[in-house]
Amino acid sequence: MSTKPKDGTDIAAGLLFMAIAAFFAWQSLGLEMGTSTRMGPGYFPIVLSGLLFLLGAIILVKAFGRPDDESFGRIAWRGILFILPAPIFFGLTVRGLGFVPALFITTLIASQASMRMRPLAALILAIIVTIMSTLIFSYGLGLPFRRFGPWLPV
Amino acid sequence: MDLLSNLALGFSVASSLENLLFCLIGVLLGTLIGVLPGIGATATIAMLLPITFQLEPVSSLIMLAGIYYGAQYGGSTTAILINMPGESSSAVTAIDGYQMARQGRAGTALATAALGSFFAGSVATFLVAIFAPPLTAIALKFGAAEYFSLMVMGLVMSVALAHGSVLKALAMVVLGLLLGMVGTDVYTGAPRFTMGMTQFADGLNFVAVAVGVFGIAEILRNLEDEHDRQVMTRNITRLFPTREEFRQMIGPVLRGTGVGSVLGILPGGGAILASFASYTVEKKLSKHPEEFGKGALAGVAGPESANNAGAQTSFIPLLTLGIPANPVMALMIGAMIIQGIVPGPNVVSEQPALFWGIIASMWIGNLMLVVLNLPLIGLWVKLLTVPYYVLFPIIMAMCSIGVYSVNSNPYDLFAVAFFGLLGYVMSKLRCEPAPLLLGFVLGPLLEENLRRAMILSRGDPTTFVTRPISAGLLVLSLAVLVLVFLPQIRKRRDEVFTESDA
Repeated sequence: MSTKPKDGTDIAAGLLFMAIAAFFAWQSLGLEMGTSTRMGPGYFPIVLSGLLFLLGAIILVKAFGRPDDESFGRIAWRGILFILPAPIFFGLTVRGLGFVPALFITTLIASQASMRMRPLAALILAIIVTIMSTLIFSYGLGLPFRRFGPWLPV
Repeated sequence: MDLLSNLALGFSVASSLENLLFCLIGVLLGTLIGVLPGIGATATIAMLLPITFQLEPVSSLIMLAGIYYGAQYGGSTTAILINMPGESSSAVTAIDGYQMARQGRAGTALATAALGSFFAGSVATFLVAIFAPPLTAIALKFGAAEYFSLMVMGLVMSVALAHGSVLKALAMVVLGLLLGMVGTDVYTGAPRFTMGMTQFADGLNFVAVAVGVFGIAEILRNLEDEHDRQVMTRNITRLFPTREEFRQMIGPVLRGTGVGSVLGILPGGGAILASFASYTVEKKLSKHPEEFGKGALAGVAGPESANNAGAQTSFIPLLTLGIPANPVMALMIGAMIIQGIVPGPNVVSEQPALFWGIIASMWIGNLMLVVLNLPLIGLWVKLLTVPYYVLFPIIMAMCSIGVYSVNSNPYDLFAVAFFGLLGYVMSKLRCEPAPLLLGFVLGPLLEENLRRAMILSRGDPTTFVTRPISAGLLVLSLAVLVLVFLPQIRKRRDEVFTESDA
């Protein structure tokens, strides 16, 4: 089996599409289908899920018997670890801590994604970004953010 | 002359002090971010979109349009100077532009790109002004069935123009359509795919999806492999082309403008196709085809004009039909909807000031780009030396603020992270994000028109093939699909895209 060539990337892609399709189909089952004249909320989604499943299956099947034409490359683990939590942190704290501290910490978290960033540089960058953004967005554009939130004793 | 009075209206709107200012800010921001490597025009607009929501609709769209062609322009600058196209449409420029820069002709290449783009942009603006109204008249006759078929065609075209596997692009479109279904069903009010979270009752936030799959995924890709860039800065000595170079430019610029204007109208991403087509044309027509790839002026002038003309005329389907021709136009639709404007043929009659104001501002924006960028090239070059690890935390901060400012909904920020991860995984699996975003924007419209058409025809699906315009559009889509699956075309398409990756 392992001697035959196969395209690992396409196998993963096909399986992922099929899994997503199965998920949407499962969720659609709880919705009313309706008739083709009066389509219910579940009609179009179930058709699309079926189509996506089919496409995923074709991608999967075609992946066998053909070598992987391009290697998978490196994965930005460090990037995933620090970049993705940054907006989540901002979302969790922007109301409680307020705009200024939330943004400051968000920028600090994001800056850790590069191994080239030194701690002092990150700190300075975060301070500059926070000051500039507060001036532009809060004072300049007048976005309705609380600059310091109720979680702080200020 | 209707055209003249309309253009006069447009210019009076666009030249108001406020709109001039926003146009200027737009092109400046666009160029700035277009120049910064690693972020393309789509990601730029996605991230800056929320900033414009506080403005009047006209000003906001003028600014967004400015960002769009500013970013295109900035993309060519990086293509020429560091052989790193910010946008896939300037990938062709990188081939000869970078070679020119290595020969010490970077200034000439940059000026050629700017002047060619300006000429093409001016012509294309007029084309938009001439062709948009009659097309609108046709579009007003469109019923639900025609709209459905038109959107199917747009989606099929986006598949045909995506990189890599057609099957994967198709799957991405369908996935996008499904994601567009999330939220409350318009007909019955039933919540769909919300996992019981009321925060997603209005659907997934469009800005969050776009920032995630384009912006965040792109940052992650850039972080995979951090390396230094080589910038061709020392060599900018002479900016303005000589008379001889001007003569060499004229032909390619004219042809590029023609090619670009026609291809830009096609739904599905004309600007990219336009620059490739123009490059091929110039290479075929040239007396010295061997110079191409080694710093041929025509290899910069033609594609740059074509891509700018295409960028401009891709506004035609957006303004007349409300159908986006490419992901950037999809973002513009999102912006219009958030501003409370329903994109489509009614915009011309109901909001003439908006419609003509945008068209006029395109020309003004192009003029600003030439005037600003030639003297400012030195500044843009300096920006290229800013290291990436300083840039992306700033980008992340802007993304977070921007997405949150749309609805003040923290769940939108969680969605950004989720779609960032999804976008990154998809790009690792070599699936293009552009078809997904197009599907996501068109999904609800597609479903609504499908259901309406079926109700009108009393459940008879042949309505799509018995109505002539609808049938024509479907036949065209089918033809495109068959074509991209044909072995010869497939091979040719692969070649074109391989060239762009090189």
